[in-house]
Amino acid sequence: MFYREAGQFKTSYKADQAVFPIFQDKIFVAIWLFIGFVVVPMLASEYMFRAIFIPVIIMALAAIGLNLLVGYCGQVSLGSGAFMAVGAYAAYNFMIRVPELNPLICFLLGGLSATVVGVIFGIPSLRIKGFYLAVATLALQFFTDWTFSRIDWFTNYTPSGSIAVQPIEVLGVVFDSPIRKYFLCLVFLVIFTIIGKNIVRGRIGRAWMATRDMDVAAEIIGIRPVYAKLSAFAVSSFFIGVAGALWAFVHLGSWEPLAFDINLSFSILFMVIIGGLGSIVGGMLGAAFITLLPLFLNQLPVWLGINISTAMISHLEFMIFGALIIFFLAVEPLGLARIWQITKEKLRLWPFPH
Amino acid sequence: MNHSLLFRALLICVPLAIGGCGQDSGTDTGTSTGNQSNAEGVIVDVSDPNAQFVPVLSYRTGAYAPNGTPVANGFTDYLKLINARDGGINGVKISFEECETGYSTSRSIECYERLKGQGPTGAAVFNPMSTGATFAITEKAPVDKIPLITMGYGRSESRNGGVFPWNFPIYGTYWTAADILITHLGNINGGLNNLKGKKIALVYHDSPFGKEPIPLLEKRASMLGFELLSIPVTHPGVEQKSAWTMIRKEQPDYVLLWGWGVMNSTAIKEATGVRYPRDQMYGIWWAGSEPDVRPAAADAVGYQAISMVSSGQAQVHKDILSYLYDKGLGSGEREGVGEVLYNVAIINAALVVESIRTAQSKYGDKPLTGEEVRWGIENLDITEETIEKLGLTGYMYPLSLSCSDHEGKRAARLHRWNGESWEYSTDWITADDSVIQPMVRSASDTYAKEAGIPTNACDS
Repeated sequence: MFYREAGQFKTSYKADQAVFPIFQDKIFVAIWLFIGFVVVPMLASEYMFRAIFIPVIIMALAAIGLNLLVGYCGQVSLGSGAFMAVGAYAAYNFMIRVPELNPLICFLLGGLSATVVGVIFGIPSLRIKGFYLAVATLALQFFTDWTFSRIDWFTNYTPSGSIAVQPIEVLGVVFDSPIRKYFLCLVFLVIFTIIGKNIVRGRIGRAWMATRDMDVAAEIIGIRPVYAKLSAFAVSSFFIGVAGALWAFVHLGSWEPLAFDINLSFSILFMVIIGGLGSIVGGMLGAAFITLLPLFLNQLPVWLGINISTAMISHLEFMIFGALIIFFLAVEPLGLARIWQITKEKLRLWPFPH
Repeated sequence: MNHSLLFRALLICVPLAIGGCGQDSGTDTGTSTGNQSNAEGVIVDVSDPNAQFVPVLSYRTGAYAPNGTPVANGFTDYLKLINARDGGINGVKISFEECETGYSTSRSIECYERLKGQGPTGAAVFNPMSTGATFAITEKAPVDKIPLITMGYGRSESRNGGVFPWNFPIYGTYWTAADILITHLGNINGGLNNLKGKKIALVYHDSPFGKEPIPLLEKRASMLGFELLSIPVTHPGVEQKSAWTMIRKEQPDYVLLWGWGVMNSTAIKEATGVRYPRDQMYGIWWAGSEPDVRPAAADAVGYQAISMVSSGQAQVHKDILSYLYDKGLGSGEREGVGEVLYNVAIINAALVVESIRTAQSKYGDKPLTGEEVRWGIENLDITEETIEKLGLTGYMYPLSLSCSDHEGKRAARLHRWNGESWEYSTDWITADDSVIQPMVRSASDTYAKEAGIPTNACDS
């Protein structure tokens, strides 16, 4: 009923190939944008911005980036934390060494640096496949951990290895209040989502998907694996690198190499898997799930007025979080995006399922 | 069918898991329903409009739990004691909420954001209990106008109140600690000049915490002519084979251990493995408590560490036992009262309470804001009489703070593990401020320049 397509005729190729061919989807996206840009800023508290919306938005950007690589091109990567670190440290170094640069340009340059690293470490993907590639990208993770904690030049010789940055200033606007930071991140997410969505439904995205589904067949129909795989690594690392710069400058404000350790790589990979491989909206859903659920579980006992020790809450948080991940994957291995799709299909017929 | 089976399995599993966890978790906060009547007036609700809110960042889980738990117990016990024994600070009860950080910086920031606005006047003062988190919160505290007490940790240059008005590394920074250790090594060698040609290894936790002493040790190495060997140990510190292989190869004269959590006991065991003499090993004050040496048992005998306070029980402990533990209101186990880290946390909490008391003398006996409490910390003056009144005679030393010196005092003793308990092994050793002061000045100037903030907050 809500998703009734009857009567929506596509009279041109352009209409048929639109990002959202169904009218209701357009309304839906408009509602979400309205919520994001108008409702949330009016209602949210400072805690909601700082601890919930900003991290989720930045992580969603990183998850979309990784999804391009893992979900669309089929190259498993455990190096997302490393790409974020490269983005963050590169942006930091551009900012302190070339102070006259606009911070947003520094973020993009940070993303480009991650691209370069991504392409270099993507080269093994031409020979290594599947889990073996995951192990190879793990090497990148350890390499960057080592680089940023051992080579003092990258941290501008701060004795503790911890970097502190000031709120960024763009064209006279200082992004210091949570609401400004939120808008900055949201604009980044929207722009990169549009770019990502259009890449995956175009020629490059189709090449990636062909490579993912069967690389030999893809090669036979004329797709160059070198080009497909490395471009996936490049675009994905760029997204993740920019997310890393935002994470460091906008969310953390002060960070140490440990902030981008292997755990971050794992959680971004979980976001992609739980959210749904090969789906842009899946990246966002996964990021929200993995970032928010632990916070929710952690605060639930307080809201319910149950008095148990913080250690106990913490143990419960881990147990329930783990159980829920297994539950979700058992019920719907294709992730939250698939659940969303099923809901839409059900809504198409509801309330008359026959 | 499949779904209903799964649901049933979950229904059975979750209560089992909860029950199982409840049994081995020995850290009941004492707020369970059975104690509700006793808790009256001791545990104050955060929403109470007449209570001063003190946030507690703690870690009772993860790799740092063995050390984080006694700290959290001591800190909350003292706050509860003030409510139970004195009826609050000048009649203003303390409410507190714990937030589990797991010693992770990102989780600490989330806890900071969650707790900073609680209570009628917001958080009085934050004790991040982690140097990494201190670095992050240092950027946020001036914006939110909430002071930080980082007792024995945090940024060393933050003792300069002219640049860091909101940071209070009371009781000593890592530069102070490192200098005291070097001074002690000089003392046992018959003078600092005799350290020339010696080899000193620093085995450190590879985090801002572990890296803090390096600039001072490097400066001391170049001044005195000893060789400094910096050996990092990756978080969480259970894998140290390569570090101690290197120590066996290099055979340094002394090893300084800058560890926290499971890293410390692992280091002592590894030292036994490579037969490095434990009496040539010296720990930072965070590596000198019972959880660090007990797992290594007899192997740890002779190991020394710098100490903010050692183990033992003063008058305040007797009060804690009678007012809290006898009524089932204690935060931890009875046996833990009086352990080294428990006592450290007691002193930390006492500094918080006395700061609020000092601030009340200016702003009145009511819940105060962070900004008002900051004034109280900066004008803190702990005398022998205060210490006696606190019931901490012999456990705390007199100190007074000022805008230019947020540290208070730069002296400490060392204590040695004798297999049973920690006992003081040296007299008071004072750090050489003529070495530290110029470093503080230049480091804080650099920070002020990068952050674009003035260096003269003291003059106004």
